Amino acid sequence: MTSDDEGRPGRLPGAAGPGRAPFAHRAPAPDATAHRAPAPAPDAGSASAPDAVTCRGLRYAFGETRAVDGVDLSVRPGEVFGLLGPNGAGKTTAIRCITTLLSVPAGMVRVFGHDAAKERMAVRRLLGYVPQQLSADAGLTGRENVALFARVFDVPRRERAARVAQALAAVGLTDAAGRLANTYSGGMVRRLELAQALVSAPRLLMLDEPTIGLDPIARTSVWEHINAVRAATGMTVLVTTHYMDEADQYCDRVALMHHGRIRALGTPDELRAALSARRRAARTAAPPTAPGTPTPTPAPAASPASAVSPSAAPSRSSDAAPTLEDVFRDVAGSGLDEQSGDFRDVRSTRRTAHRVG
Amino acid sequence: MSEAPAAPHTASAEPATGAGRLDLLLVPPRARAGWQVLPARVVAMCVVELQKLRHDRTELYTRAVQPALWLLIFGETFTRIKAIPTGGTPYIDFLAPGIIAQSAMFIAIFYGIMIIWERDAGILTKLLVTPTPRAALIAGKSFAAGVKALIQAVVVIVFAALLGVAMTWNPLRLLAVAVAVVLGSAFFSCLSMSIAGIVLTRDRLMGIGQAITMPLFFASNALYPVSVMPGWLQTVSKINPLSYQVDALRGLLLGTHAHLALDFTVLTAAAALGIAAAASLLGRLAR
Ligand SMILES: Nc1ncnc2c1ncn2[C@@H]1O[C@H](COP(=O)(O)OP(=O)(O)O)[C@@H](O)[C@H]1O
Ligand SMILES: [Mg+2]
Repeated sequence: MTSDDEGRPGRLPGAAGPGRAPFAHRAPAPDATAHRAPAPAPDAGSASAPDAVTCRGLRYAFGETRAVDGVDLSVRPGEVFGLLGPNGAGKTTAIRCITTLLSVPAGMVRVFGHDAAKERMAVRRLLGYVPQQLSADAGLTGRENVALFARVFDVPRRERAARVAQALAAVGLTDAAGRLANTYSGGMVRRLELAQALVSAPRLLMLDEPTIGLDPIARTSVWEHINAVRAATGMTVLVTTHYMDEADQYCDRVALMHHGRIRALGTPDELRAALSARRRAARTAAPPTAPGTPTPTPAPAASPASAVSPSAAPSRSSDAAPTLEDVFRDVAGSGLDEQSGDFRDVRSTRRTAHRVG
Repeated sequence: MSEAPAAPHTASAEPATGAGRLDLLLVPPRARAGWQVLPARVVAMCVVELQKLRHDRTELYTRAVQPALWLLIFGETFTRIKAIPTGGTPYIDFLAPGIIAQSAMFIAIFYGIMIIWERDAGILTKLLVTPTPRAALIAGKSFAAGVKALIQAVVVIVFAALLGVAMTWNPLRLLAVAVAVVLGSAFFSCLSMSIAGIVLTRDRLMGIGQAITMPLFFASNALYPVSVMPGWLQTVSKINPLSYQVDALRGLLLGTHAHLALDFTVLTAAAALGIAAAASLLGRLAR
């Protein structure tokens, strides 16, 4: 228990301590410090090559509900970009606009330079998409599920079997490939869906809540496979999640979304540093307990783990790095209160995750 | 808890070994030329249908019960009564093509429910993000319905033959029978998928499906010749594609007088229209 909690201060920027160590292999480079760097040079390439995804004033409404309300973002080639936000923030709707599932006016969404409104087929050929629900066909085997997507992406017959086998191997399902998908566990179905998405060699992998409802071990496993594949192929990953800790660990950059709008965008370190700076500024300008300064909610005292966690230690709040969740509370402002149930869920899930490993 | 940090490492060994053989996953497959997309998607959907049938044949057996009962009870009885003027052919012979068409239609009508189920399960969503035009996806689904109906038709034909129905074994005629079954099923599955695109929920579609299948069946020449129907029913029967399918099957299997050219023209047009209608309504399901 204690070793996990000592790991939490490892979230401090610059102190890539023991808390990071289990995930250091996410990048091909052996050194743990380089694990945040996107696969290609972030600035050199962006001038000439088009962004993986560009959204300009993206809007989508279901009747009166403005699910996505003016989103501007660009995902750079090769990075893992996280779209974060509580349930109902509009993440899925944004993803569905980018995948061409929901039609948007021309000029709002581009994928590697192709307009999602005018060049649907070209966009779809570049995409691997895993929707929020578990979507493998239960009446088919794992191999047949993947082979279907090889067929609909025009993989020629002579290379189909080999390609399907590689996709299944990439997610560690070689042994289970002949079994019906209805015998798979939730984590296995997620990995199978990953294989379905990978078989067409997409340049952009779009994952909508890939770890929702999975147990901690399965969550880690799904992320490990995503990272291993990304390291091997250099593909861009756009992922949505409401697990802030996952985004912190695995995403190069994140956008915090709330009520259909992006409230903050940057690397997790940048966002936390910015919040620290804001807090410092607020402290120098006003007494430490200034109203309006978001104070982290103390976790229930029943859990001994929370006693030493940085977010629950007010005495250290001056120099302790805030978590992404703190950043989110800060930028989301007042409207977050009615959503607080989500965050409690995230907290408890995170605690479980730390307990199990 | 001391072993906790080690767990991710052991898990990572798996993808690490797999990562060495990812070379094919780096190269996107070449897109097929425009005209090849439609047949390729139809084949893909039909393969899936056959794979599913191979894993679970219960539906094949349960769906064989109803046509068997129709032939055995209704067919045998009315053959004896001789109440229906069939122009010399024994009634059970007259009935067999009608029952083939009926069982194919029942299978096809189920496809609307299936597509809603696939929408809810995310399967359809994912297919809609592949380079598959909506019309090609619907065509694929409708021909998959045709393949399933065809297997059902084989079961009914064998059963009818066992009951002593004298049918043709001419391979060319049987091929034409297969085409008629597939076209008819394509139309009825598209009808059902179109309604699915309008009503959007499984419960509503289930009710509508039940409400329309029997009238479609009775308002056709499947059970009795058009000539014995009242005038208004004859009109309904004339716009019912099932009548044309039954007419073609009867002509091909029994060698009775049929309007084969008209039948196949109507069936082809109906299937094409159905695919267009269902494809244009598919967007509502995707939303
Ligand atoms: N098909 C739909 N019809 C009507 N409203 C929808 C639909 N899908 C999503 N919404 C609404 O749009 C908003 C954003 O939803 P969603 O994009 O699913 O959020 P998230 O994925 O972040 O949880 C919510 O208020 C939701 O109720
Ligand atoms: Mg969602």
